Amino acid sequence: MSTKTFAGINVEVNEEGYMTDSSQWTKEIAKEIAKEEGIELTDTHFDVIEFIRSKVASGETLTIRGINKSGVVDAKTFYKLFPGAPLKKATKIAGLQKPESCI
Amino acid sequence: MKKLLILGAGTAGTMMANKLRKQLPRDQWEITIVDQFKTHYYQPGFLFIPFGIYTKNDVIKPKSDFFPVGVKVIYSKIDKIQPEENNVLLDNGVKLKYDYLIIATGCKTAPEEVDGLKDKLWYKEIFDFYTVEGAIALADHFKTWKGGDLVVNVSELPYKCPVAPLEFVFYADAFFTERGMRDKVNITFVTPLPGAFTKPRATKMLGELLEEKNINLVPDFAIMEVNNDEKKIVDYGGTEVPFDCLVSIPPNMGDDVISRSGMGDDMNYVPTDKHTLQSNKYENIFVIGDAANLPTSKAGSVAHFAADILEENLMCAIEGRPYTARFDGHANCYIETGFGKGTLIDFNYDTEPLPGSFPFPGLGPFGLLKVSRMNHYGKVMFRWMYWHILLKGKELPINSEMQMAGKKL
Repeated sequence: MSTKTFAGINVEVNEEGYMTDSSQWTKEIAKEIAKEEGIELTDTHFDVIEFIRSKVASGETLTIRGINKSGVVDAKTFYKLFPGAPLKKATKIAGLQKPESCI
Repeated sequence: MKKLLILGAGTAGTMMANKLRKQLPRDQWEITIVDQFKTHYYQPGFLFIPFGIYTKNDVIKPKSDFFPVGVKVIYSKIDKIQPEENNVLLDNGVKLKYDYLIIATGCKTAPEEVDGLKDKLWYKEIFDFYTVEGAIALADHFKTWKGGDLVVNVSELPYKCPVAPLEFVFYADAFFTERGMRDKVNITFVTPLPGAFTKPRATKMLGELLEEKNINLVPDFAIMEVNNDEKKIVDYGGTEVPFDCLVSIPPNMGDDVISRSGMGDDMNYVPTDKHTLQSNKYENIFVIGDAANLPTSKAGSVAHFAADILEENLMCAIEGRPYTARFDGHANCYIETGFGKGTLIDFNYDTEPLPGSFPFPGLGPFGLLKVSRMNHYGKVMFRWMYWHILLKGKELPINSEMQMAGKKL
C-alpha cells in the first residue's frame, strides 16, 4: 500500500496502482490515472466509467458481456476506449478494485 | 403433508433427494424431484471420449438408478417457477405446490452466444467436448485427423469444471505423441484469463506444465467471433488465432427456466447467499450446484461439499432454528496431465490452491499441485465413487469445509 497524489489529492493505492478507497475518486483523479495509462478521457469514457461504478456499487460482477449488453457502448467500442485489457484499465481509472475472476 | 420440491436431477439434485429422504419423516414430508431427462451423465468422463478412452456407455446410467425409495419422480420440462405463490408449473400444465424449493437446474453450454461458433464448421472442424454429442463427434474427427493447428478456446467465465480445458490440451499432447504425430500438431490454449489459471500458485504450476509440453498460451483473449471462412478466432482487441481444428468451451448459461421465471442474473444464474445457500430473495428457496451464482467453481465437487451444508441449513429452516452451516466455497479438482499422471487442487472462496498432501496431512496419498501417478488413479477411481457413493448421498472421508492441515503456505 502506498500513497499517490492525483490532481492535488492524496489517495491510497495498492501495489498495482489501484485505488483502495473508491469514495476518494473524482473525475479529476480519473483524468490523471488515465493519462498514466496513455488515455485521454472523453465523455464516452465517462459514461462507461459511471456505468462500471454503479455496477460495482450494487455488488455485481463486471464482464465484457455485461458491458456489451449495457446499452452504453458495445464490447468493440469498449476495447477501443480502453485498449489492451479494457476491464483492468477501466476499473483502475474508475478508482475501483481490479476485477478478480473466481473459478 | 408438507412438500419439498427439487428441480433438476443432476449431481446436486440427486444428492439432495438422497440426503433429505433420510432426514425428513415420510409420514410428514413428501419429496418430489423433477427433471426433463431420464439419463444421468457422468460429466467428468466427457474429457476422455475424444481420446478414445471412454465411450458413451462409460458415462451414462439411468437417473432412476440413483433415486431413493419414497421420492416421487416426475420426468417433465419445467415451464416456470412462481416464487411468490410457492408454485412450479410444468410443461404439461401441472401445478406443483411446495413448502420448500431446491433449485438444482444446473448450467449448460450456449454456443449460439458467440458469433460464428455454431455455424457451417460446427461438428466438422469446430467442436465442444462439454456435451456427449460434441465429445463423440470430436473422437470421430481425431481418428483420421492429419494434424495442423489445434486451438482450444475458453469463451468466457464462468464455465463448468474450470480445469477441464487444461486437461484437454495435456491429453491432446499425450494422444498425438503416442500416435507419433505430435510434430504435426500445434496446440494452442486461448483463454480470457491472464494466465493458465486464476490464482497465482496454480497458474504458475500449470503454466510451466504448458511450456514443458510445448503448448502455446494466448491469455487475455475475449472472443468476439469465429471466422468460418478464414478459419480463425478473433477477439475484441483484434488478436487473431488461426485454427485447423477448434475445440471451444462455449459460454455457460443457467437453465432457461430461470430466465422464464425472472429469477436470474444476465447469465441465468440465481442470486444466492454464498454461505447459507438460500436464495437472496425468497426465504423458502435454496439453490445448489451450477444453478447458483456463487463465486466458486461450477463443478461436481462444489455441489458435493455444498450438499452437506444445504442439508444442515434446510433442516434448520424447517425446524425454525438459525442456520448452523456455512459454505466456504470448497472445490477439489483432479487434473489429468497426460501419460498416466495427474495433479490435484483444493481451494475455497478465500484460499487459493496450495501445495501439500490430501486428504490426510503429510500422508496423502494424493499430492496437491504435484504431478504423480497416484493423482491419476484418484481421478480414475473417482468414477466408481461418483456412481456408488457420491450420488447416493453417502459419506466420503473428505470434509465439506476446506482444511488447511496438509497445505503449505
